[in-house]
Amino acid sequence: MSEHTEQGGNAGHVVPVSTYVLVFFALMAGTALTTGVAYIDLGRWNTVVALAIAVTKMMLVVLFFMHAKYATGLTRIVILAGFFWLGIMITLSCSDELTRTWEIVPKGWNMIVPFVSRLF
Amino acid sequence: MSTAQAVPAESSVNYLNANYGIKSWLLTFDHKRIGLLYLASITLMFFVGGVPAVLMRLHLIEPQGALFEPETYNKLFSTHGIIMVFFFLVPSIPATLGNFLIPLMIGARDVAFPKLNLMSWYLFIIGASFALYATLSGGVDTGWTFYPPYSSSYSQTHVVAVALGVFIAGFSSILTGLNFIVTIHKMRAPGLTWFRLPLFIWAMYATSLIFVLGTPVIAVTLLLLGAERILHVGIFDPAVGGDPLLFQHLFWFYSHPAVYIMILPGMGVVSELVTAFSRKKIFGYSFVAFSSLSIAVISFVVWGHHMFVTGQSVYAGLVFSVLSFLVAIPSAIKVFNWTATLYRGSISYEAPMLYALGFIGLFTIGGLTGLFLASLATDVHLNGTYFIVAHFHYVMVGGAVMAYLGGIHYWWPKITGRLYPDLWARIAAAIIFIGFNLTFFPQFILGYLGMPRRYAVYPAEFQVLNVMSSAGASILGIGYLIPLIYLTWSMRYGPVAGPNPWKAKGLEWTIPSPPPTENFTEIPIVTEEAYNYPVAEPRKYPDTPGVARV
Amino acid sequence: MSELAAHGAHPPGFAHQFETVGQQREAGRLGMWVFLVTEILFFGGMFASYTIYRALHYESFVTGSHLLEVKFGATNTYVLICSSLTMALAIRSAQTGKRKGQIIFWLILTMIFGALFLGLKLRFEWYRDYIDGIVPGINWAYNGPHAPGVQMFMCFYFFMTGLHALHMVAGLGVLTVLVIMTARNKFSPEYYAPLEISGLYWHFVDIVWIFLFALLYLIGGRYPGS
Repeated sequence: MSEHTEQGGNAGHVVPVSTYVLVFFALMAGTALTTGVAYIDLGRWNTVVALAIAVTKMMLVVLFFMHAKYATGLTRIVILAGFFWLGIMITLSCSDELTRTWEIVPKGWNMIVPFVSRLF
Repeated sequence: MSTAQAVPAESSVNYLNANYGIKSWLLTFDHKRIGLLYLASITLMFFVGGVPAVLMRLHLIEPQGALFEPETYNKLFSTHGIIMVFFFLVPSIPATLGNFLIPLMIGARDVAFPKLNLMSWYLFIIGASFALYATLSGGVDTGWTFYPPYSSSYSQTHVVAVALGVFIAGFSSILTGLNFIVTIHKMRAPGLTWFRLPLFIWAMYATSLIFVLGTPVIAVTLLLLGAERILHVGIFDPAVGGDPLLFQHLFWFYSHPAVYIMILPGMGVVSELVTAFSRKKIFGYSFVAFSSLSIAVISFVVWGHHMFVTGQSVYAGLVFSVLSFLVAIPSAIKVFNWTATLYRGSISYEAPMLYALGFIGLFTIGGLTGLFLASLATDVHLNGTYFIVAHFHYVMVGGAVMAYLGGIHYWWPKITGRLYPDLWARIAAAIIFIGFNLTFFPQFILGYLGMPRRYAVYPAEFQVLNVMSSAGASILGIGYLIPLIYLTWSMRYGPVAGPNPWKAKGLEWTIPSPPPTENFTEIPIVTEEAYNYPVAEPRKYPDTPGVARV
Repeated sequence: MSELAAHGAHPPGFAHQFETVGQQREAGRLGMWVFLVTEILFFGGMFASYTIYRALHYESFVTGSHLLEVKFGATNTYVLICSSLTMALAIRSAQTGKRKGQIIFWLILTMIFGALFLGLKLRFEWYRDYIDGIVPGINWAYNGPHAPGVQMFMCFYFFMTGLHALHMVAGLGVLTVLVIMTARNKFSPEYYAPLEISGLYWHFVDIVWIFLFALLYLIGGRYPGS
């Protein structure tokens, strides 16, 4: 966009201290939770839960500590692009590494099942 | 195009003479001076990388090899590849023309982060120094692709030093890409919306996306390789559960998009040249703009086509093959649009236009032969042969280097304030075109007939084609030396160029040549679209009065 | 936009390639986010390799993971979360025009937490690993099951946490510079960009650790029989 924000404009949203403290406690609780759940036998789901909690903690840090919640659309696209590209790298590499032993390529949605079962 | 400003015919104070002394150049924050620092460095690296190529072609005159032992030959092709890819082609247009032109084309005073810009250049120099040191003390023989386990466990050459040089130069390009992205997003002049930008800027933006997203991966990959080599831990060693193909996946995740880093800026230059020298608006502006972005995006999902015969799974091969066909589409769109721009244009054949036309033809050949390689079955036959060598030289030399030379010639008056002798430039362009085709077309045939690449010897029946190729290489070499001479000559003795010797459209042509340090005395306000050349009146035919037919 | 109007009263730190302070601020933020994307891909290469090898050698990686002690990993996670809070509060202090002493207080606290993280890591994890002979390439004396895969796991453990620690050290350097700049009265509610973008960097390093903790210490679970 070619409009420039005027001098002093968009100085940044001031987040209340209470929000920061709440996020802090949520992060601490998430850490305690993920540590605790590791000691419970959930089989395959241990990894899923650990990753889900990690992603949630990351979202809290990104949205509130890094102010992404109050940022422009361009910032959000940049962040999403980073993760999307990381996803491309992991997914397509896995498409080779995890399928070497396939003899017949499964049809349709069955293609995805071995991926999931190898990863989790 | 912009609010009128009086442009003096020759400017007395410009970025070249604003300060004197070596410190004013080595500590400059001016993007134009940094562009020239890069120009000098990469010109040097081009000729350094060319020396092994000349030696290889001389060696290959004889089927049993005329000059070198195989071990030395391996070092020659490795050095040629590493220097040309990482230290010439990747930075060529972005760091020289990109640095110089982007602020000028968008009506800004400099890039967003001038200090980072200077740091980029120093990182490039440091990286190049490591690579040169390693080359002069014996080089590497792993190929520019550094595949383990050879590079990590068996090669006795300076792998770590070269990898370190490439690693550092990688950060140079990351910072350049970052700078360009922020500059283009945030520093466009008032009225310069995205769809009024010159297509060179779109191309540089797409290139910068690749810089930023791809280069960090090769950086970390080289780190892992270096760690494996130094600590003797088998990250890519099957004996301890590692996978050499993992290195290849990580390596090509960058290196395939890297080839689009090399070609996209060239395509941006060609868009500028074709419009300027046919004095016509580009045909299909948004198609060309979006095709640059598409190429950048799709380039990231095709890397496995370098690994079809490595033992990669068939499933992955299928996926990558299909996607590789897709990436040809946006490139083809550009070629169609350039052709349509040329149609009924008012074409003139100055040297930059000759380079642009050469690009269109040679890039098309190179691109089409890429499809042979994207197709799984034919790739089995052609992989590892000279067909591949010919393919990538057509796109990278016939394409990218020609575009680079075309751009240097086109913007030379802006950069130096002087005109070069166009007759010599056209002669050189013709010599380069002839030499190039003579060097590399026989290699398509050689590859198809089965001559392997990276071999120091070959069966005797291939000798004629090899000799043709070597003869072409000498012609090509001469062709590259000629511009060095007349361009240098022109800096002192060439006629003074005005602000706009080509009568072209573009903000960079509205300021003096050479530009003042701050670029614009007053930031322009842009009110018209790019390439707004006057359209010729439709012809009227005498037998049908009043009816205009275009 | 005439020169004279734009060159009104520019606060300290204004860079003249920009037309307005707002433009500079936005450019700085965008630049740091783009840099963080490069860091995502940089760490991402290792994360991708780790993911693949973990999928291919699951039991060995779980065995290797159990060589690490959760209590240190968890403690370090708590420490870094605290450091993120103090960093956010440091920036907020500058934003709201607090005295420089307060800004410096939060910055120094952030540095203390960062140094604590590194100290715990070095003394209680890496040094102990060295003594126990589970540092590949430097002191490898592991005799347990799945030795090749465990070595691979420990390689990745050291590379990933090592790369992370390097980023922490760089962050501490940046924080030192920020403390000095604050002490020299460079910041105000109009201009605190270096604090803000350094904060982005610091939080990013925290996020990387959040994932490292989950992926390195907790995979396969820690329940009996895992």
